[in-house]
Amino acid sequence: MDKRDKIIWLVLLAALIVLPAVGLSRYLQRVISLIFIYSMLGLSLNIVTGYMGQISLGHAAFYAIGAYTSGLLSEHFGLNFLLTCVCGIIMAGIIGWLFSIPTTKLSGTYLAIITMGFGEIVKVVIVNWESLTHGTYGLQRIAKPEFFGFQLNTTNNGLYYLCLIFLVIFVLLCIAIERSKLGRSLRAIKDDPLAASLMGVEINHYKRMAFTISTAMAGCCGALYAHLSGYVDANSFNSDVSTLILSIVIFGGMGSIKGMLLGAAVLVSFPEVLRFVAVYRFVVYGLILIVMMVFRTDGILGGPSKRPYVFPRFVKLEKGEVTKNGTAGGK
Amino acid sequence: MALLEVSNVSKQFGGLAAVSNVDFHVNQGEIVSIIGPNGAGKTTIFNLLTGVYDVTEGKIVFDGKEIQNKKVQHIVNAGIARTFQNIRLFKNMRTIENVMVGFHQNTRYNIFDLIFRTPRFRKYEKEAHIKALEVLHSLGFEKYIHTYAGNLPYGEQRKLEIARAIATGAKLLLLDEPAAGMNPQESEELLEFILGLKDQGFTIILIEHDMSVVMNISDRIYVLDHGKMIADGLPEEIASNQMVIEAYLGKSEDDAAD
Ligand SMILES: Nc1ncnc2c1ncn2[C@@H]1O[C@H](COP(=O)(O)OP(=O)(O)OP(=O)(O)O)[C@@H](O)[C@H]1O
Ligand SMILES: [Mg+2]
Repeated sequence: MDKRDKIIWLVLLAALIVLPAVGLSRYLQRVISLIFIYSMLGLSLNIVTGYMGQISLGHAAFYAIGAYTSGLLSEHFGLNFLLTCVCGIIMAGIIGWLFSIPTTKLSGTYLAIITMGFGEIVKVVIVNWESLTHGTYGLQRIAKPEFFGFQLNTTNNGLYYLCLIFLVIFVLLCIAIERSKLGRSLRAIKDDPLAASLMGVEINHYKRMAFTISTAMAGCCGALYAHLSGYVDANSFNSDVSTLILSIVIFGGMGSIKGMLLGAAVLVSFPEVLRFVAVYRFVVYGLILIVMMVFRTDGILGGPSKRPYVFPRFVKLEKGEVTKNGTAGGK
Repeated sequence: MALLEVSNVSKQFGGLAAVSNVDFHVNQGEIVSIIGPNGAGKTTIFNLLTGVYDVTEGKIVFDGKEIQNKKVQHIVNAGIARTFQNIRLFKNMRTIENVMVGFHQNTRYNIFDLIFRTPRFRKYEKEAHIKALEVLHSLGFEKYIHTYAGNLPYGEQRKLEIARAIATGAKLLLLDEPAAGMNPQESEELLEFILGLKDQGFTIILIEHDMSVVMNISDRIYVLDHGKMIADGLPEEIASNQMVIEAYLGKSEDDAAD
């Protein structure tokens, strides 16, 4: 991360921290929290789609698994949110990992179709496994997260801040992944899997790892959403949700962390802003995506950076060893 | 004993014998060239040596161990790395990142080190960066460190592929037509560069059509035609070998017959 990026992040974070002080309506709080959650969903799918170049059209399935795991554990055992959330993460991660084993070798359209199918299967299971999921009734009155007897809700802005904290953790995690051997391997696999394997990158291992991390993250988003909204049913996780997540990744810019936040902000708030054009808002929405696909395939913030590579702080270079344009100075 | 010993290796693609009963060896520190007309099976041999294809029959012994039909990553670990006839860089990654992918196997930390930025993570990331810079310096690549590989000039892309192969820690480098598409001056530079690699202790197998390169840097040459080794020897022996001349000149007749 270079200086400019750091400043952008810090200003954004500061703005988001003080925002509730201006007195957000419940409605706005809800929309912004939803933007946070969709940013996180974008970040999670970005690992598989943005870095590694594999398309998933069933991400909502893992979002659902996290939501139901956390919601049900809270309903039956009254466990603390953090605990149920961790269970949601683990459950989504395990199922994601299991899913990745037979699908490792697939890519492109095949993977897109299989993931879409999986999304539908999860929905059907939710509707029909009534003894566990209450079928079409969904999970009602899911407990609000509580810490030391203090309940987070919209009145005390607690849910807003909880989502913000998770978003910050997600962003930090993604930065860590991006600037590591894992991030480099995933991008290498995207560019040229054969060459990557001949550099010693264990393709199948990394594909599964990316999928597991990504689905576990989606599970976390699900847990957060369940307790935020207090109600989920199968329709909370239909294929529109998967499409929206993928759209965020494509629109924001594959492989760009900032892009996911921007993509979520635009695509989640658009339907709200465009309510006055009623049914036509989906036309506008679709149009934006088509225009993007034609004129800016890298998404708004994706594609190669024009700025120099940033060396990690702990790599001390001798002065002048690498200089500015082509050549970043000092340490 | 030879560093690489290939005995009686064949590769069949359906009815096509791309490589048949080929024997050759490469000693430590040698530059050995494989030449032959288009479609002779040269690239196929590289694919067999690196585990991209399984052999139909035969044995490949590298550094005292059998490596035929082993997994690609296993062979990289054993110490063989290659470049590609059609450049296969990670185009959307920077030059330095391309080289760091080459260090993959020697960047030894796991996902937890990565998340919690443990000392181990720092140690190996630091090492990967420093070593990548060293490799890039040795290539005179200072001004391209930040450049995306896809934006490099053509000749530099070929060199970067070699750099990436070196980064794997390989002892044996397989270079598939590294001078292809280069002008005479560029291929002259490349020749110097490859000789420099030999001085650093690398063993090299070279596939090349540019005879001025082949004749100038090879210690020994093998000639492949229609999947068979038809000759081998010192450069001057090969240059005057009747069978070799026929294989090359006869090529146009074959094409007409096809
Ligand atoms: N995967 C494959 N499937 C089927 N046939 C193949 C395959 N790979 C190579 N061949 C065939 O094997 C033969 C040898 O190909 P190879 O690429 O090894 O030739 P080459 O000596 O490298 O030629 P060139 O000088 O043109 O690069 C060719 O007839 C080619 O069509
Ligand atoms: Mg070839």
